[in-house]
Amino acid sequence: MASNLTNIPQSMELVCPAGTPAALKAAVDAGAHSVYCGFRNETNARNFPGLNFSVKELRDGVRYAHQRGTNVLVAVNTFARAGDVGIWTKAVDDIAACGADAIIAADLAVLDYAHKNHPQVRLHLSVQAAAATPEAINFYAQTFGVQRVVLPRVMSVEEIEKLNKEISVETEVFVFGGLCVMTEGRCALSSYATGKSPNLTGVCSPPGDVSYDEEGDKLYARLGGFTIDGFEAGENAGYPTLCKGRFNANDETSYLFEDPVSLNAAALLPRLRAAGVTALKIEGRQRGKAYISQVVKAFRQAVDVLDAGGNAEAEVSAMLNAMTEGGRETTGAYKKIWR
Amino acid sequence: MQKIELALGPSFFNWSVDYLHDFYARIADEAPVERVYIGEVICGKRMPFNDKAWPQVIERLERGGKQVVFSTIALPVTKRDRVSIHDLCELDMLVEVNDMAALAQRAGKPFAVGPFFNVYNEGAAQALIERGMETLCPPVELPLASVATIAKACPDLTMEMFAFGRLPLAVSGRCYHARAHKLHKDSCQFVCDKDLDGMDVDTLDNQQFLAANGIQTLSHSVQALTLSAEEWHAQGIGRLRLSPHDIDMVQVARDYRALLDGEIDSSELEARLKAMPLPGALANGYIAGKPGHVWAAD
Repeated sequence: MASNLTNIPQSMELVCPAGTPAALKAAVDAGAHSVYCGFRNETNARNFPGLNFSVKELRDGVRYAHQRGTNVLVAVNTFARAGDVGIWTKAVDDIAACGADAIIAADLAVLDYAHKNHPQVRLHLSVQAAAATPEAINFYAQTFGVQRVVLPRVMSVEEIEKLNKEISVETEVFVFGGLCVMTEGRCALSSYATGKSPNLTGVCSPPGDVSYDEEGDKLYARLGGFTIDGFEAGENAGYPTLCKGRFNANDETSYLFEDPVSLNAAALLPRLRAAGVTALKIEGRQRGKAYISQVVKAFRQAVDVLDAGGNAEAEVSAMLNAMTEGGRETTGAYKKIWR
Repeated sequence: MQKIELALGPSFFNWSVDYLHDFYARIADEAPVERVYIGEVICGKRMPFNDKAWPQVIERLERGGKQVVFSTIALPVTKRDRVSIHDLCELDMLVEVNDMAALAQRAGKPFAVGPFFNVYNEGAAQALIERGMETLCPPVELPLASVATIAKACPDLTMEMFAFGRLPLAVSGRCYHARAHKLHKDSCQFVCDKDLDGMDVDTLDNQQFLAANGIQTLSHSVQALTLSAEEWHAQGIGRLRLSPHDIDMVQVARDYRALLDGEIDSSELEARLKAMPLPGALANGYIAGKPGHVWAAD
């Protein structure tokens, strides 16, 4: 039986992104209870140039984190390519050999392999598996010994609370950063436009397929040749993430799927805790260490205040004010009206 | 050489009970398909309406000699969604599993696995075969080379290719039909029934791009895989899935049957399909590992 995660005195564990060894150190130093990262290949869902870890870097990162009481969770959360499953099972072996604290996986082949070959390592179900029902989650727990599920961002707080009463495993929810509008792991929009997608290649709306084209007095941001958004002169031109674009439907132009917002559920921390959530996840393995440090410190402070019996409202407000500048945010599906 | 079968997939759209009765009556009597998948796979809110149609539809299809498979909902969220999966998995008939919740309750009895379920490799396929999977229609973005690798590793599994129809690309917690009509999912007024093939979603410069169907996002284009029976056979494919649209699906099935029987060639099938009032242009990029919207020959 895999061990419990240690070194977490708090009621809620803060799980922070580490896209690089420098970001790992920044997150650990800023007070992360756990960090998560992935290898520098297609086995993880942030397979971007300049990001991620070699096996040696992971080993060093685990040592650094463990010396400071922080856990390291490693994502092998893409779907293995037929005929090349060995690349994914090797990643699982490497995680175990590096002494990391948990494997985050979604593919049945990867879960099955990890469960059979490394039963001593904790197994977390990646958000890419999009498991949202007690039936699905209990099946993963019983079949593969999964001890924690990262919930898809389609659920309201009320639903999470109900779910926690019907499952025996821990739940982890996203509270800050990028927001998938579509159910994670069930979206092929990116490959439809570009041939590359989270499930196939670990990327979404990849930079190599992006172009910015000036036509007349407008600037168009395109992905795979499809116009995702258009901007007037002087307007801040955003990145053409497919599901955050402006489209024509039902005789109107709108952000049909989602406005170009990011997730911020900081105001909901007390409710998430009451709902029985074990861990709070911050998205952003593509982010630099300064950003990581700032966000982790703010969330750690809020969690600490909550645990000290405070309501964290002041901390949450300060955090919101410091970080919403320039960007727009949403509490996403946690509030049912989002749907 | 074993015959390549044809199947009609589950309809993704919010069709009325009358429409469903008429549609499946014609399929039962006239369409040269061996298998028909039925059931509501997109939105549980539609179930109280179309649930009424299924007993008669099943009876009619079986009388027409079709094997009927009941498909489960792709993204169960509510209690009603979960109960529907539980009830379907208890049935004696074959069930298509579209989510892990359904697998959990169907394991041990035979089941098909639909394109909403993530099977990308032979390891995942093997884990499902051990639990009763008899047919796999893999995710639409999976290249044919990968499908063939799985087929080769799993010789007793029937591989079914999503050969015709708008591509199911994504599901979401949010309803885009409701959003486009300035409504919310909980008070949606069932506006998705206005678009029998989904609501067109175009780019700012009016390029045809996607289609919304409630919580589902589809391609605007219509996938058309037009390999010959010999070519499918060589890749280990045993059945083609035709996804229902508001067009003459009996004719679509007849044209595919004619291709598989060697009566017409691929270009003739493509010409016949293009002559129909399809909701979008033809595409087949995914099977070649290209963007899904392209026509791979271009």
